[in-house]
Amino acid sequence: MEKITRRKFISVSLGGAAAGAFVLSGKAQGAGNFTGYPEGMGVLVDLTRCIGCRTCEAACNREQGLPEPALPFDDTSVFDQEFHGGQKRRTDENAFTVVNRYDQAEGGPVYRKIQCNHCNEPACLTSCFVNAYTKTKEGAVIYNSKVCVGCRMCMTACPFRIPAYAYSSATNPVIRKCIFCYDTRLKYGKPPACIDACPQGVLTFGHRKNLVKIAHERIRANSDLYVDYVYGEDEVGGTAWMYLSGVPFEEVDFDVTMQKKPILNNAQDFLSQVPMVLAIWPALFLGFHRLSTRGEEDGDENSNLSNREESQS
Amino acid sequence: MRSLVNNGYQPVDSPVDEGTKRHWGFVEKLLLGLTPREYLSQAMKNPLNWVLGVLFAVGFPVIIYRFVFGLGAVTHSSNDYPWGLFLGFGLFVMVPLSASGFLLGTTVELFGRKDFKPIERLGLLNGLLGYFFAVIYLLMDLGQPWRLPYPMVVAWGTAAVLFLVGWHVAVYLTVQIVEVSEAFFEWVHWPMAKIFIKRITIGLTIAGIILSTLHQGALGALFTYAPSKVHPLWYSQEFLWIFFFTSSIYAGLCMLIAVSTVVKKTMAWRCSDEWLKKLDSQTIGLARGASMALITYFVIKVVGIAHDNEWAYLATGWGQWYILELAVGVILPLVVLGYGIRSERVGIVRLGAFIAVAGIVLNRLNTALVTFNWNLYPEIPHLLETIIAVTVFGLYIATYRFILYRLPIVYAWNPLPLEVREKATETAAVPGTLGQHSAAFSDVSLLD
Repeated sequence: MEKITRRKFISVSLGGAAAGAFVLSGKAQGAGNFTGYPEGMGVLVDLTRCIGCRTCEAACNREQGLPEPALPFDDTSVFDQEFHGGQKRRTDENAFTVVNRYDQAEGGPVYRKIQCNHCNEPACLTSCFVNAYTKTKEGAVIYNSKVCVGCRMCMTACPFRIPAYAYSSATNPVIRKCIFCYDTRLKYGKPPACIDACPQGVLTFGHRKNLVKIAHERIRANSDLYVDYVYGEDEVGGTAWMYLSGVPFEEVDFDVTMQKKPILNNAQDFLSQVPMVLAIWPALFLGFHRLSTRGEEDGDENSNLSNREESQS
Repeated sequence: MRSLVNNGYQPVDSPVDEGTKRHWGFVEKLLLGLTPREYLSQAMKNPLNWVLGVLFAVGFPVIIYRFVFGLGAVTHSSNDYPWGLFLGFGLFVMVPLSASGFLLGTTVELFGRKDFKPIERLGLLNGLLGYFFAVIYLLMDLGQPWRLPYPMVVAWGTAAVLFLVGWHVAVYLTVQIVEVSEAFFEWVHWPMAKIFIKRITIGLTIAGIILSTLHQGALGALFTYAPSKVHPLWYSQEFLWIFFFTSSIYAGLCMLIAVSTVVKKTMAWRCSDEWLKKLDSQTIGLARGASMALITYFVIKVVGIAHDNEWAYLATGWGQWYILELAVGVILPLVVLGYGIRSERVGIVRLGAFIAVAGIVLNRLNTALVTFNWNLYPEIPHLLETIIAVTVFGLYIATYRFILYRLPIVYAWNPLPLEVREKATETAAVPGTLGQHSAAFSDVSLLD
């Protein structure tokens, strides 16, 4: 009895420790003194300059080889489209960037371009159980469709609601989103297609750390033009794409309550309990077992068998 | 079946045919000792079969349709609501309702509560089937279901909570198959395999409680990835996993009460007299455990509100919905169970268990679907999506019943050879029992 229990104890503990180490090593990736991507590129979007010409949408469509949309890119009636109870347009499998119009009580309308913000510590990446996402050193968050299982956890986790799913495909549905034109441009040091195409200089491409400086510089130089805030500087741990606006951000559908720490931190309270449960439970419950079955003659399993048979006959 | 039994039919419960005194063949065991014609005739008389038949006739083509034309054809294919009923109901509801596996294993094998031994196997089976069908629901939902093993073999996203869920559900499913296989080995008469399982039971049970603690909790922790999407009242960064784990305890126990009630009402012929006799006292015992978990859950839910200082939300419409969920899903079953336990009225206890099960369904659907995207728009599942969800649940019921009819779950398998039993009955001085059986059994052929 004594011997068997100890052997079982050791085997169970070893299994637990192995699994624990496994989870710990994973956790180490996401934690620690993360300082971002020093070489990471980014884009500063200045909403005060955007005129809603949708040239960026057209450029993206061409660069990424997306299907032609139902309405041409110079058709501004798309700004009046509404979905699901007043929702404005959003990114989907055939549009990686979308411009929306927000009419203002005073002054002209404000246009806002949306696309993947390429977070420093992306929730899509850290929530993916097959590592389908990669944050490249250039700052792009790219996606590997070869390993994607299609669980859509990344869509649940993305605070900006960007990843879209090819629901229409039965055989190879994949996640589709802006990849910063990584394959065709960013990798070679070139800015993404939408930036080259923009006629208004709305989009400024550069090293993220420089863009932060430029953004604050612009706000200081034109304090009457801008809201004193750089959206994306700190949101969910900082994003590669950042925004300047002349109207309060909440008026153009930015989530201003978004947490500053990375989304992964929310799950870490739980993840940090995992090795503890794995380590403590075997000994704890074997202890309970010893206590509660102590002195019983049928503590030996084989006698359970005969018990059952006895009760039968 | 009831009429067959009334006419003296004795369903298979030992390796040996009492009439002809020879071993049952595998197919004969599958047919419960009936001839194919008798089996078919009793199956046709069962109204549930007709309901399931209609359901499958509608549902299976829809499932095929989903795999031919993709998820977009059967869901509202929303980028804002990536998860619908398949995960909202199939995974987040089925898994807590299947916690009975580890709970009964722990109670009986670890804590040595032999008084719950008769219902342990039903608890284990309920756990196994719930998990198995959660995986079936998952296969309906995954865009590329054939890649389900990827997180195990191809690519490891070790930092993700979902990785934990995937691995633990897979490992725990294996553990539960091994646990339930004890009954299977009795049924197919492989005594050595059964003895081997017996030997590793403690190890399996401890593995079960570790894995269950973690993945029941992990399902809650999944939503900590969506802080701005789940309504603050249902979201708690620190406690969500504890909420999910604690509520799975009463969910599993109450589901076991609910299932055993259905078994008692609909297939008493298959239950051994001993099982039926001990069911009421065990039901009250399970309800005692469940009420402890319920009250703990209620307290920590209030602590959660206080911790995040969310009192102000209670005054809103969402707050009323939250209060309703707690009142109907937690306090009401607590009161009903408490009354039933005190007055020892097992019918009241059973009612309380059914309410608690409904409460869990409400809570998980609230977290995964109703309050998800609370500041965007509500999502009503697609009709075809609902049909698939109901069809898979029908399949779950059919499988559940198929196994209960056959494997020794609610009756005990009598492994003794016939000669030994005869001797035993002779020494027990109950002559004629066997003779009565075999005489009654020969009457079965007159039934159709």
